[in-house]
Amino acid sequence: MAKLMDYDRALELFEPVLGFEVHIELSTKTKMFSDAPNYFGGEPNTNITPVDLGLPGSLPVVNGQAVRYAISLGLALGCSIAPTSRFARKNYFYPDLAKNYQISQSDEPIAFAGSVEVELPNGRMFTVPIERAHMEEDAGKLTHVGGATGRIQGAEYSLVDYNRAGVPLVEIVTDIIYGAEADAPELAKAYVSTIRDIVVGLGISEARMERGNLRCDANISLRRRTPEGEPPAPLGTRTETKNVNSLRSVERAIRYEIQRQAAILDDGGTITQETRHWHEDTGQTSAGRPKSDADDYRYFPEPDLLPVVPSAELIEELRAALPEAPAIRRRRLKAEWNFTDLEFQDLTNSGLVNEVIETVAAGAAPAAARKWWTGEIARTANAQGVDATTLVTPLQVAQLVALVDAGTLTDRLARQVLEGVIAGEGTPQQVVDARGLAVVSDDGALIAAIDEALQSQPDVLAKIRDGKVQAAGAVIGAVMKAMKGQADAARVRELVLERATALPE
Amino acid sequence: MSEITQEQVTHLANLARIALTPEEIVSLTSELGSIMDHVATVTEVATPDVPATSHPIPLQNVFRDDVVGQTLTAEEALAGAPDHDGSRFRVTAILGEEQ
Repeated sequence: MAKLMDYDRALELFEPVLGFEVHIELSTKTKMFSDAPNYFGGEPNTNITPVDLGLPGSLPVVNGQAVRYAISLGLALGCSIAPTSRFARKNYFYPDLAKNYQISQSDEPIAFAGSVEVELPNGRMFTVPIERAHMEEDAGKLTHVGGATGRIQGAEYSLVDYNRAGVPLVEIVTDIIYGAEADAPELAKAYVSTIRDIVVGLGISEARMERGNLRCDANISLRRRTPEGEPPAPLGTRTETKNVNSLRSVERAIRYEIQRQAAILDDGGTITQETRHWHEDTGQTSAGRPKSDADDYRYFPEPDLLPVVPSAELIEELRAALPEAPAIRRRRLKAEWNFTDLEFQDLTNSGLVNEVIETVAAGAAPAAARKWWTGEIARTANAQGVDATTLVTPLQVAQLVALVDAGTLTDRLARQVLEGVIAGEGTPQQVVDARGLAVVSDDGALIAAIDEALQSQPDVLAKIRDGKVQAAGAVIGAVMKAMKGQADAARVRELVLERATALPE
Repeated sequence: MSEITQEQVTHLANLARIALTPEEIVSLTSELGSIMDHVATVTEVATPDVPATSHPIPLQNVFRDDVVGQTLTAEEALAGAPDHDGSRFRVTAILGEEQ
């Protein structure tokens, strides 16, 4: 177990310097350079063509839709789109790609020089500089057999499934990120989360981290702080942490590396430039491959493919179709809905912003929509271990809210109706009818019950008449019980006070 | 004469996974140097206003529609494999990692 320095102490001594590479798998129908289905579940080695196997004589052809997606993403990242961009071969020998090279982009990426605005949990806004976004192909999947549980070390042989080989990727590379300071772990998480929101908003990727649709490699180094007036210390040696497959892991991995590197440097040691593997179970990173000769990829222009020269018209067409940027959208919604920071943060964290938008669009008040989604529905989803969006539709929630607004349901009854809707008993109105759950709003029925309750509790009636209105509670309780809870307690209270004076002595 | 060294040849051979004998390294160092010199004659006519060419035919934007086509069966895919387990290619365990 590596020695770790206290996080606050590490920040006193060092400045964290970050950089991220995020790979996005595009949700096109076919692969980047072949017309095989872009689908890598299912039977191994069935979603492939000769191109994906690198068979002699096969030639790649660029998927036009993947290029459009990449341009849209570049624009959403505030990048310039290259007037001419080219594909290049990245040469390496590893069986995850049968060709012995990956088709990528090197010095002429499709998009470059952008920035992404990221909001941190403490409300701080941070601009992450984007160096480039380039197109490339994904690699096949290796399963290591023998030795320790699927790890490379000790494996006897490996099995290769090329279904994922050739799946279109966009790799987003940030510039060096300074100034995150103690927020570095939160920034890492917020950045990846924002990228996810952007690609989901564009509809160009499923962006499920647990499925590898969105993968983050986190680069981090520490720079020793120097006293004021002295020149800054040179940048430290960086490590690249891979295998971070959840937003939470991104945050934890950065925090861990800061603490690990700080302990080594403070002991007078040096950081080895290497890739490190994040282990979700232990919350640690372990050393991977040191940077070496193997990084000499001998890029050269891909002779089998032609340059991509997007027309100004295409770029403008895609720019016009861009959805609102996540940060701007959040700010607008928060203002429109008149939510507090905390309320909006809760909603964002629940991942149910779109559901609330649709519920509001279906007629519900924003506060009510938020309350139902982040309250009862989220709780039920949590208890059942399912996604909240699978339980009810925004329209059903809006209908439920409308029934409460109309006085047909109290909150308590509405929860029972929601339970019925989730159980598949129909629309809220159908559940109300079938279960007979509507509020008794017929004053005649209420008054009869109130009179009975008052007359059976003469001592309470006397107290109310003496002005001790808090005594009414006992009567209200009895009436609510008689109505099986299907009455509006506030209305009952009004009527109790009225009847107490109206009844004959 | 281009400065190709024996170290560079050894490095390239290693990257390309080509085993070379010491004699081959000596002869290839000299041959690669000659080839480099020959190719370098291009620089005599290339001027800064001539962009580098990556493709001999001046075409661009050749795209494919995003429509699924014919795929191989696993059996076809594995037909040329030196070794397989019936559905996947079987390769020697390599110490290294995915890129």
